[in-house]
Amino acid sequence: MMRLSWFNVVSLTLGFAFLYIPMIILVIYSFNAGKLVTVWSGFSTKWYGELTQNEAFLNAAWVTLKVAVVSSTFATVLGTMAAYVLVRAGRFTGRTLFSGMIYAPLVMPEVITGLSLLLLFIGIGLDRGIVTIVLAHTTFSMCYVSVVVSSRLVTFDQSLEEAALDLGCSPIEAFRLVTLPIIAPAVISGWLLAFTLSLDDLVIASFTSGPSATTLPIKIYSAVRLGVSPEINALSTIMIAIVTVGVISASLVSKRNLVRQKREMQAAERA
Amino acid sequence: MRRFVLIAVPYAWLVALFLVPFLIVLKISLSDTALAIPPYVPKFEWAEGIMAFLRQLDFENFIFLTEDNLYWKAYLSSLQIATISTILTLMVGYPIAYGMARAPAEWRPTLMMLIILPFWTSFLIRVYAWMGILSQEGFLNQFLLWTGIINEPLTIINTNTAVYIGIVYTYLPFMILPIYAALDRMDGSLIEAAEDLGCSRLMAFWLVTIPLSKNGIIAGSFLVFIPALGEFVIPSLLGGSRTLMIGKVLWEEFFSNRDWPVASAVAVILLLILVVPIVLFQRNQQKQAEAES
Repeated sequence: MMRLSWFNVVSLTLGFAFLYIPMIILVIYSFNAGKLVTVWSGFSTKWYGELTQNEAFLNAAWVTLKVAVVSSTFATVLGTMAAYVLVRAGRFTGRTLFSGMIYAPLVMPEVITGLSLLLLFIGIGLDRGIVTIVLAHTTFSMCYVSVVVSSRLVTFDQSLEEAALDLGCSPIEAFRLVTLPIIAPAVISGWLLAFTLSLDDLVIASFTSGPSATTLPIKIYSAVRLGVSPEINALSTIMIAIVTVGVISASLVSKRNLVRQKREMQAAERA
Repeated sequence: MRRFVLIAVPYAWLVALFLVPFLIVLKISLSDTALAIPPYVPKFEWAEGIMAFLRQLDFENFIFLTEDNLYWKAYLSSLQIATISTILTLMVGYPIAYGMARAPAEWRPTLMMLIILPFWTSFLIRVYAWMGILSQEGFLNQFLLWTGIINEPLTIINTNTAVYIGIVYTYLPFMILPIYAALDRMDGSLIEAAEDLGCSRLMAFWLVTIPLSKNGIIAGSFLVFIPALGEFVIPSLLGGSRTLMIGKVLWEEFFSNRDWPVASAVAVILLLILVVPIVLFQRNQQKQAEAES
């Protein structure tokens, strides 16, 4: 067992301070009474109150949520299919192009993805709005989903599936009863990844949205460009709180599952 | 039949929404600017065939890019900013990854979660957080003035320094995770062996730890460098009017100047520049996968 040296302790402390202090300051100053974000003038929750009055932000939040739920669900279905094709389908014509199209969007600068999709939508005369944002988000997040799911599929024991087929399952039943439960954690984390990518995206949404649909990041960006504002701090705090609760509870759940699995395994060994 | 559907659905989706749009960008980058909306004149019809297309191929947008200094400078300064911030991220990230790898095993899941947590938080919010810190009357200047290190506020926001800080901050998890993964696999007894054989701790670190974490360093560096090159949000919020980055130029060319052909040409060249690091990264990943199997 190696021991932590003073150097390790210092670098960990400084590193985590660097990662967290900016967000802590942001959260603290969302409770500032004054209009100036950098001068403390007493505790107040009035910016949260103003936020609930701000129709534009609420509308944008609603649009963002709808886009994120729909696009991450599509992306999960398509991405899981794509992962299956990559890992299981073997050789077929155009396989190289297929895997290229899965990996390329991961490294493609967002400005290029956004620009190219916009030019497509204009070319085929599709009105820009919620639909175009959903199409755009589904396309880039399905690639992330397929990477996550295929990494699980690779380590998956294929003979389990074969056993199900031998025992009389149809391929679809085998998928539903055997494969899906095993890859479920990867599918769920793929969905969560797609969901947060969609919630977070500014650049692609800016290119593919029209006047009828504005997402929250677009709204935040245009407000922030004019400088810091306490209302944005309040909004950010709410978003940070949601993410923190989500990530911590997800990690607790997975930890509990792991413990339960271990206990079941021990019980099975004893039996 | 079932297999065909399974392949065809995601395939068709990606062709329609990834490959075709990209070909359209290529096509528009080869067309003339016109004042009509959409502001481009299609340079060729598919029906006319490839020969006609080749005959009237028009590189004027690309020639325009080479003639205008702005674009050269923007490409070069993007490369420079991405390189410097990658090196800075490595210098900040390595000690953290190293500390994590040496931390007691029961701390590691928590430390890991603390690294991943910011990654799930909105990118825009993380960049925004620095606007309040780096501004003229921001927290950093208040703090430094209060400690007496400086006598008048530093100008950090709207400079390249602010962009470096922004990139290091937002991409740090991408650097830490692969390095941590490499260090975590390392056999601790190798260090003890090196020290027993007379290496000083620093020498052992330099001769054993660094080479063994090489793959993590390379992977992390590419994961920071590639997205940093096309970055838009950070230079637009933290950088100033003099911060030239190609992602920002493309955005402005498109939204402010409404010059679609030039924006498309900028995109095509940015991709050509990115091909080199992406191919290198792919090859490195493959080599690593082969070495492990």
